[in-house]
Order: sequence, then C-alpha cells, then structure tokens
Amino acid sequence: MTADRQEKGLLRYSGWTRLNHWLVAISFVLLVLSGLPFFHPFFWSLTGLFGGPTMTRILHPYIGLFMTLFFLIMAVSFFKESLLKRHDIQWLKQIRDVLTNRDERLPPVGKNNAGQKLVYWIMLFCVAGLLVTGLLIWQPYFADAVSITLRRLASMGHAYIAFLAITTLIIHIYSGIWVKGSFQAMIRGHVSKAWAKHHHGLWYEEEMKKEHRRGEIERQHTSSQPRGLE
Amino acid sequence: MAGLAPTFGRGAMTNHWVDIRNADLIIGMGGNPAEAHPVGFRWVMEAKEHNDARLVVVDPRFTRTAAVADFFAEIRTGTDIAFLGGLISYLIENDHIHHEYVRAYTDASLIVREEFGFEDGLFTGYDAENGEYEMGSWQYEYDEEGHALRDDTLQHPRCVFQLMREHFSRYSLDVVSSVCGTPRDKIQRVWDMAAETARPEKTMTFLYALGWTQHSIGSQIIRTAAIVQLLLGNMGMRGGGVNALRGHSNIQGLTDLGLLSDQLPGYLTLADNDEQEYEQFILDRARPPLVPDEVSYWRHYERFHVSLMKAWFGDAATAENDWCYHWLPKMGEDLYDILHTFERMSHGEINGYFCQGFNALAAFPHKAKVTASLSRLKYLVVIDPLSTETAEFWRNQGEYHDVNPEEIGTEVFRLPTTSFAEEDGSIVNSSRWLQWFWQAAPPPGEARPDAAILAGLFLRLQRLYREEGGAFPDPILNLHWPYRRPDDPSPHELAREYNGWALEDVVDPERNITVRAGEQLEDFGMLRADGSTACGCWVFAGCWTEQGNQMARRDNSDPYGTGQTLGWAWAWPANRRILYNRASARPDGTPWAEHKAVVWWDGQRWVGNDVPDFPEDSTPGANQGPFVMNQTGRGQLFARDRMNEGPFPEHYEPFETPIANNPMHPNSPLAKNNPAARVFEQDRENFGSFEEFPHAATSYRLTEHFHYWTMHNRLNAIAQPEKFVEIGETLAQELGIVKGDRVRVSSKRGHIDAVAVVTKRIRPLQVAGQTVHQVGIPLHWGFMGETKKAHLTNTLTPSVGDANTQTPEYKSFLVRVDKL
Amino acid sequence: MRGEQINSQNIIARSATSVPSPQERDGGIDTVTKLIDVSRCIGCKACQVACSEWNDLRDEVGECVGEYDNPADLSPNTWQVMRFNEYENEQGNLEWLIRKDNCMHCAEPGCREACPAPGAIVQYANGIVDFNSELCIGCGYCVAGCPFDVPRISKKDGKSYKCTLCSDRVFNGLEPACVKSCPTGSIMFGTKKDMLDLAETRTDFLKSRGFDSAGIYDPSGVGGTHVIYVLQHADKPEIYNDLPRDPRISPMVDAWKGVTKPLMSAAIGLAALTGFFHYVTAGPKELSEEDIEAVRADEAREAERKAEREASERNREERS
Repeated sequence: MTADRQEKGLLRYSGWTRLNHWLVAISFVLLVLSGLPFFHPFFWSLTGLFGGPTMTRILHPYIGLFMTLFFLIMAVSFFKESLLKRHDIQWLKQIRDVLTNRDERLPPVGKNNAGQKLVYWIMLFCVAGLLVTGLLIWQPYFADAVSITLRRLASMGHAYIAFLAITTLIIHIYSGIWVKGSFQAMIRGHVSKAWAKHHHGLWYEEEMKKEHRRGEIERQHTSSQPRGLE
Repeated sequence: MAGLAPTFGRGAMTNHWVDIRNADLIIGMGGNPAEAHPVGFRWVMEAKEHNDARLVVVDPRFTRTAAVADFFAEIRTGTDIAFLGGLISYLIENDHIHHEYVRAYTDASLIVREEFGFEDGLFTGYDAENGEYEMGSWQYEYDEEGHALRDDTLQHPRCVFQLMREHFSRYSLDVVSSVCGTPRDKIQRVWDMAAETARPEKTMTFLYALGWTQHSIGSQIIRTAAIVQLLLGNMGMRGGGVNALRGHSNIQGLTDLGLLSDQLPGYLTLADNDEQEYEQFILDRARPPLVPDEVSYWRHYERFHVSLMKAWFGDAATAENDWCYHWLPKMGEDLYDILHTFERMSHGEINGYFCQGFNALAAFPHKAKVTASLSRLKYLVVIDPLSTETAEFWRNQGEYHDVNPEEIGTEVFRLPTTSFAEEDGSIVNSSRWLQWFWQAAPPPGEARPDAAILAGLFLRLQRLYREEGGAFPDPILNLHWPYRRPDDPSPHELAREYNGWALEDVVDPERNITVRAGEQLEDFGMLRADGSTACGCWVFAGCWTEQGNQMARRDNSDPYGTGQTLGWAWAWPANRRILYNRASARPDGTPWAEHKAVVWWDGQRWVGNDVPDFPEDSTPGANQGPFVMNQTGRGQLFARDRMNEGPFPEHYEPFETPIANNPMHPNSPLAKNNPAARVFEQDRENFGSFEEFPHAATSYRLTEHFHYWTMHNRLNAIAQPEKFVEIGETLAQELGIVKGDRVRVSSKRGHIDAVAVVTKRIRPLQVAGQTVHQVGIPLHWGFMGETKKAHLTNTLTPSVGDANTQTPEYKSFLVRVDKL
Repeated sequence: MRGEQINSQNIIARSATSVPSPQERDGGIDTVTKLIDVSRCIGCKACQVACSEWNDLRDEVGECVGEYDNPADLSPNTWQVMRFNEYENEQGNLEWLIRKDNCMHCAEPGCREACPAPGAIVQYANGIVDFNSELCIGCGYCVAGCPFDVPRISKKDGKSYKCTLCSDRVFNGLEPACVKSCPTGSIMFGTKKDMLDLAETRTDFLKSRGFDSAGIYDPSGVGGTHVIYVLQHADKPEIYNDLPRDPRISPMVDAWKGVTKPLMSAAIGLAALTGFFHYVTAGPKELSEEDIEAVRADEAREAERKAEREASERNREERS
C-alpha cells in the first residue's frame, strides 16, 4: 500500500475533475474553431470541420451552452483553491523568474500558482461575458428582441471577450506543455512528489502532512486492534 | 353628372386626364384623387412640375391628395355649395370674372320670367305637401318665336346675371366660414387663387368625385362649381373644366350605355306613363334652339332614337309602328333607383332580384334595411366574379352580420362571371375614352361573361314566350339578336352594334352617298330618322368604323405637345378630347391665349389640336354658342327646369346635420334640408339627431382597396388589413381614445367596431357657434375575403339620396364614437 | 448606365473577403441610383405591392396598429414599407410626410462590413448591394451592421433578406419594380449623376414653393447611397420616421469588424508563436535533481521515523 502510493505520487486531480476539465477543454476548442471563422475570413475554412458555414453558425451557440454548463460545475469546485493569497502576489512580482525558469528563487505556492488562478478568474469572466453577449446575438432566438445598439455592443463584446479567452487559452495550453508533468497531471491525475514539491511547495507540504497524519492513524489503528483482541 | 348636363349639355368629365397637366390651378374638392385615382393623379403632379400649377385641396380630412397639395383648407362635410356660392359672389362683387366669355358664352344676358323668385330658402312653385316643385316659373321670358329675351349689357334686373348676383350675395365670407367651419383666412386664400384664373391665359380645373355626388344636394354642388368655371371662363379651355373622376373603371361606360332606370343608351330617356304619343315624346326631347340659330344638337333626337330602335328590333321597327315605341316601358315613377327598389322590397312588393356587378348588402345604405329587404325576397340571383357579402347575406356571421338563416326564405343563386381581365372589351374611362383591352387570362371554373349569362337568360325567356305565350310577348319575341353565337354575343359584335351601321345607302342633301348599306357608320352625323341606320348607342358612333376598331388604337403621338393624343383609343363624342372646345377661342375665332389654344377658325373652318366640338364650318360671324347641346348654345348659369331643387344652387344641410338648423335659413324649417329630396317614411324615422349622435361622419375609399373586391386579394389585404376609423386628436382626447384602441361607431341605424386611427389630419371645426367633430370611416372591409372580418360601413349610412339622381348621402351623416 | 449581364466580374466587392474582387471592368459603368422624391409621394403603396409582385413576396395579413402603415415594419417578406408621419411645421400647417423605407444601397455598406460569410453580401459595379442567399449563414450580423435597420432574418430559412434594387431587372435593362409602378413619378431611376441633377432640380422647385430647407439625402457617412431622397426638410431628417441625421457604420461595428479583426487575429497567432519561441529559448520547466533528492530525503526521513516507531512499539510489546 505504501509502495503503491509512492509509485503513483500525489493525487492532483480526481477522475471527475479530469473528465470535467476535458469536457470543457474540448468544447472550448470547438468553440474557438467554430467561432474564429465568424471573426475573420482567414479562418473561414474551419467551418468545414462542422459541416459547412451555416451548420457552424447553428452549432456554435449550442456548444457554447454545453461548455458553459460544465465550466460552471468546474468553477464551483475550483473556487476555493483559486482565491489569491499573499504569496501569490509575491509570485507574480517575480514573473520574470517564472518565465526564465529560475524556480528556486520563487516562493512556494499552494495547489495552484497565481498564473493558474488568473486563468481561472479570466475564464470565469470570459465565459460569463460570452454567454450573455452570445445570447443577445443568437439568431433566430433572441436577437430579434434585442435593440440594434445592444446587438452591436454584444457582437463587439463577444469578439473582444473571445479574443481574451483565446489568448488566455493559448497561454494555458502552452503552460501545460512548458511545465513538464502538468499535462500528465490532468491526464493521469497524479503527480510525483518531486513535481509537487518543485511547483507547489506549500501544497506538497500540506499533502505530506496529510500523509504523515494518515500514517499515524493507520498505525494507531493497526496497533490498537491486537491490543483489543488480547 | 346630373349637375353637369343642365349646365353644359353633357354629363361627363369635360376635359380629360392628361389635360389636367395644362392647368394653372387645380382644386381637389369633393374628391381625393391621389387616394382614389392615383394613376390619373400623375397628371396633377405633371401640372405642378411642368406648368408651375398650384394644387389646392378643400376636404373634411387632410387627405393623401392634401399631402402633396400647395394649400389645404378643411371644410365641414356637405357644405360645398356655401363655399363655392361664396366664391361666386366674391368673383362677381370683386370683378374677377371673364367678362367677354360670360357675355358671349353663358346665358347671363337672358331674361327670366317675372314670376320667378326665391324666398325663405325656397324657390317659387314649392309644393310642401309632396315635397316637390312646380317648375313653371323657372324659365326665361320668351318672344313669340320662342326665343329668350336678352340684355347683353347684363343690367336688366331680371337677367340671369343680376338674379344670380343677388342669389349668391348672401354668401359672404363670414356666413361661409360659419357654415363650413373653414377659417376665414383659408377661404379667402382659396377664393383669391381661384379668382386669378379669370384671366384668359390662366385656367383652373375642378377635380371631384363621389365627395360631391354622394350628398342629398350632390348635383347642386356640382352645379355650383360649373357656374364658377363659367364665370372664370375656364370651360372648353386646356387645363380647365369640371372634371368628374369616375370611381369604377367603367362607370362612365355604364352611364353612356344608359344603365339607369330612366335612361336609354346615349343619354336618351325613357318615356313617362303620361307620354303615350310617339310624336309628342320626340317633340319634348328634340329641343329647339331658345336663341336664334343655335345648334341645339338634341334637335336631332329622333335620329338617335330611331337608330336605337332599329338596332334593338331590326326589321320589326317601322315608321308604321312608331319604331316600336309602344314596346318600350313607360316610367310610373320618376326613378326606379336603388333606394326606391329596396323600399319596395322591404314592403314585400318585389320578390325576385338580379344583383349584377353590385354588392348590394355592402354598398347600399342602411344595411339593416337592405338585409331585411333581401330577406323578404323569394329569390336572389347574384352575378359576380367574387363571393360577395350580398350572396352570403342569409348566413350568420356572428357579430359582423347577426341574422338567423332559419328565418330567411330567400333562395340565392350565384352565377360566377368573368372579371375584366378575363375577356376582351372596352372600358370607358373618366376622359370618355373607349379603350379596347384584351383578355389576359382564361376565366376560372364555370365563370362566364356577363353578356353570355344575360343572353342565356334571354334565350330561355324567349323560348318560353314562344312556346307558352304570355302577356305582351312582342318586345321579347322580336328583339333583334344577330349574334354569331346567340348564347354568347362577343364584345366585338356588341361594339360594332353600338357604333352602328347603315341598313340602306345613306345620302346627304346633295344626294351623295355618305355610307353604303351594311357599312359601319363614321360618326353620328350619318344617323337618320327614317330607319336607314341602326345604332346601339349614338354617342359611341365612330368607335368601330369601316377602318376597324378605333378603340384599339395605341398611337400616343402628341404633335402639338398639348396632351390630346388623338390617335390613342377613341373618345366620345366623335373623338373630341376637350368638350365645348369652341369656347377656347374668342367669339371672333382666335384663341383666348396661344398656349391655351385648342381649336381656332382658320378662315375656312375650325381647326386645332383637338377635334372641334362644334360645326366645323360655322363661321364666327354666325355667332353660334360653344355649348352645342344646349338650347341656348350657352353655358347655363340658370338651370331652368332641369334641376329638381331649383335653377340656382342653394345650401341645404345634410339630412343628418350636426347643427340645429340651416344657418342660411334658420327660421325656415322647410329649407333645412333639400326640399325636393324624396324621403321614405321609414327612412325618416331612422334619421338620428345631433343630440344623440353628435359627430359628423363621412365615408370614403382608400388607395389600398377597391370597394369590397380587393378584400379578396392577399396583397391588398396585406396593405390594409383591418377596419379602422379616423378620429381627430381633440375628439380622441375628449373620449380617452389613443391610436390602436378599438372603438364603436354608432348611428341611429346600427354600429360598427373598428381600430381607431387618431390623427392630426382631422381638426375640430367652429360651425355656427359650436364645435363640430368629424369622423372618417373608410367603407372597406366586410366579412368575406382575406382581410380581418369587420362590420360593413354602410350599417351606419342613411337611406336618402340626391333629389335628382337619388345617389345616397354616404358622405354626411351622424354618429357617436365610444371606446370599447 | 448600360444594360449589364449577371456576371461574377460585376461583383466589385464582397463581404468577408480581404483580397480584391474584380476591379478592371469598370470602364463605362455609371452607378445606378433610385431617387425618391418624398414631396411627390402620395403613399399609395403601389411600389410596395409591385415589390411583392415582382419578388414573389407574400407577407402575413397583419392588423391595423392605428396608423396607415401596413405592414408596420420591414420583414423577410416585405422589403419596403411606407412610413407615414404627421408633422406640424413652423407655420403651424400640417404636413403628411410619407417616406418609402427600404435598403439604401450604401456605397460603404455596414451590412457588408459586418457580414462574416465570404461573398454573402456583394456590391456590383453598378452600386447595388445584394445578398447572396446561397452563401448567407443567417448569423444576423448584417442587421447589427446596417445603419438604417433594414435587413431582416427569416424564421423559415434563417437567411437575411432585403431590397435587391431589383438587381435582376436592372441587369436586364429594366428599372426596379417600385419605380415602374409609381403613379406620381415620385420614384425615379437612372445614373447617380443624373439622379443628383434631377434631385437638384426638385430641390430648387421645392425651395421656390417655400420649402427653404429642401435638400437631398445622400449621406456621406456611408459613402453616399444608391437610394437617395429629396426631402422637404432636409435639415430635419428625423421627422421622416427617424431617418438618421448622419448615418455611418457604428463605431461599435468598426471596433468589432474593422482593423481590430486582423490585429486580434495576428495577436492570437503571435501568442502561439511567443510560446513556441519561449520554449525554444527558455526551455521547459522541469524538475531539478535537488527536488528529487529532497523528496527522497523526506521519504527516507519519514521511513526512518516510521521504522523507529515500529521498533519501539515492538520493544514495548515484547516487554509487556
């Protein structure tokens, strides 16, 4: 048992969390692919992925609703761990060190670093914004009931927020590639203790304390039982 | 129409559509040409654009015509005689009349009998008991030869001019403003503009329609305008005239062909019961000149009549049998008009009714009476292309037509006809143009042309008479029926018959043959009273000659740039485009103004850009008058005995008036409403009072629809889908109504529900010291067709008509408006 | 203006297309224009019916909303409506201003700018702005882009519809159906130059009739239009049922579809590239040996402690 845990390292994302994340991630990418053609004709050929331009227009909002639902669930479960702490500010101040991989100079952070927390908050804002603006311009359901000015504002807002979301997404994906082991974390759920200690020192400490306590309880449990049997 | 013939000689638009572009001033009054005649209205716009003309609209509502007018004046419905009577007085008193024209071309100088007079709103000879005039005093003073006495200085106190001056002197600006409710400055402005056209080089045209005719004083309103135009010298001139804009595309043709109960084709008339002698019948109609040597073209009445009888009865019409005169029906009443017919029907005196080309239930006044009357019939035959409300009168339509079919025993037959686009034929437009048209589509289903339906009916009746006999079979058995397919006379055959042909060689006084037997006639000058010619409608002679169908001509060249286009279709009479055009030239034969010239004397004969409406070789020295149909040769300022309510127009209130009495005659109850109007007892009981129904209402048509037909057409239904009434902002505010509200409009005779259109375009008027609100009620929408179901407007209208024509008073009645 | 045939080379600009459309066949082409003289309009709706007839449009039979306006607004089935306005002028006189409302065929059309579907909105060399329903995806961006609130999206097929200026008729040398049907000559059609000349004449005429502010409505904010008005009160276009005083493509539409469109697209590409180059230059963020060592040390220490505890416990048991 102990050996097992050692092999797997620490559990970072549960199975449900991973499923949820990837549902959101895949629909998000589909949204980007189906939304970009309406942003710039440069991306028009992407409509081919969705069965043609009109079908792309029809699908996009439904994918959006789907994503919003799962994003909401994820946002609730990630809420607490995404609150910014004092050390996060310090971490952010040292963003140069982050980017140049001088990790030893960085203060230890919790389960999520400030970058991850920012992604959370930016995405929360973006999804809310995209939902509202998207509904306002959704043909043929809501748009006709909305004033032209508001439709213009919503169309513009939708584009700008999408831009922000896409840029954030790129950073998010890149971070997953750049920070070795994190992609695996979202795939497999576990990280090595070394990885945890390196990237999320405080979380690692916390997890280790938990493990220690777990050990204690386990020991008391196993040692008291024979005593009781005597 | 009945106002024009007694004045000018013919009851038709005097000029024509295109000629409107030659006017300097256009007064739209008693009509809303932009609304009801949008296509012809282009010529009004042309006049504004290219002739720098002004357009003035005088109307109870600010109409679509007013939208493009230069000046608009509001007026209370039914008070046009006051407005125009005031104008007459203004023109005379301020010397804005065309003196030479008035002296030479009107009867101003003729002297009227001493017995003639006017007092308390009544002319001499009134029989209060019967509501009729004895017209003996309404005549000129004649010499032994039957010629009227005259005073060319116009100073004789009993000359027409002085009598007229005195008659209209009561219509001062203040009086007119008080009667009409029109602000004084607006009246003055319109009068001033009209007065300017007294100059020979300026012309004004009146455009009117049913807004004048559909009053109990309709004919006299038209008469008043006609007098104005004579005083201004605007008759016979380019851009002048009194122009009746006909509403139905072929209603002019209906009049021309005499489809009125007292008429025969070509404005010939049926005999009365007391006219049993043929010679006397002709003598009474072949009017001799009342001024020496005048044309008085009706002198030739017998030629027209005999030719008609030859067309009808062929060889059966002979001199010996007075050309079948005795087969013609004789009138027991003055007129068998619709009001009269439905009155009798309501008493059960009529048990069968053929309703052809009419939607009686929707179009006739007082719908409740029409429904009750139709319910008393044994059978009703509706001949129509559409499923009309009339054909469905027995069916319960809920709140829109609440009848109990179980209580109605009338058997209804529906015979579907072709519509205008589904057959060849000609349509006579307002301009008196007979325009041939061609079938555009085959008729649907079992639809047959009207002529075929009537032919079928006739042939069956004839067979029954032949086989079973019956009372007085002669006219039916002997009716000349020369058509190739007797059960379906073709429009071409009928047109040729209307034109007429020679039965024998016709020779002129020099014994030259003018037309050979069997040939089509060239014009009505060839008609003979000896039975050698046949002609179905003498005014149409010339429409289908040996040269072929003149109505099918489509040459729109206009060599003089006057808009006459003599090669386009064919106009009656004799392809003349502007009637009385001799009056466009001075007595010496030179035009009053070069740019207004129509015909002139070139030293040998009359020539010009139109066909002269005058004997071509009558020298100016002969001094014949331009109004060739009139016995005086002149325009009649004094209508003599031709108008039932008097030789001069006088203002009488509508039978339902929003004020207590006639402001012109407050103390003369007999002169409150038209004293000569015929009112049936049950209709009088159904008149409302202004205490109960305080608002003056007027009904009208909209551009988007044509009567009750276009309710059946999707595109028209889209353009105007639901019944509405128009209410001025002030009244709406008083009643708490905002636009889009549903309102109930009630009269003594029923109610309609509609959407309220609240508008600035109807203003409250100050009439005789009180405020009068007017309510506008479009006549469209019923319970058939594609539009939203609605009550019929004529639920509200009163059953009373003009004293001459019995045209119902659709334009002035009383209602109350309630918010629903 | 010459009769033009329908030919893809007549399309000189198309929506959502960055590369130029055919520009060479512009010799001898005058742009066309429909001139609507509001002062001559009687609101008969013949144009409205002619439009429906020619284009095979049949709207629903609506209801009266307390005005003459019917249908009350544009729809996929109604490409033009008459708008009636009762206006009391400075002299206190009533005017009934009736404006035919339809696509203005802007030289710089907001719909085209907003449209994301390449070629769904095209401009012909003759100036007509046309919708190609084959390519329309029904997103409704044209509605947001239009400064005149003209296009309408069909509930039936999701396509956008508006007046075509009867491009099919015009290509065959005919005037638009509305022009053909107008009884008063209120609607005229010809080259833009001729129509401006005519409008000038009309304006002079109106001025001579006391309409001092008469003028032409050919708004420069959208590059001029191929439907122009003669107004009695050109200084107050808003009295004609809210005709915009100075229509232009909304700044919001510009901000959404203007230069930001390529800029933001580039920014997205740049972001991806930046990542790549960062990876190449800074390298991946990996664990150091020290981390592994430290964790091993921790584990060893923990194991040690555990072993100690277990040993002492065993001792205690043995002792007891």
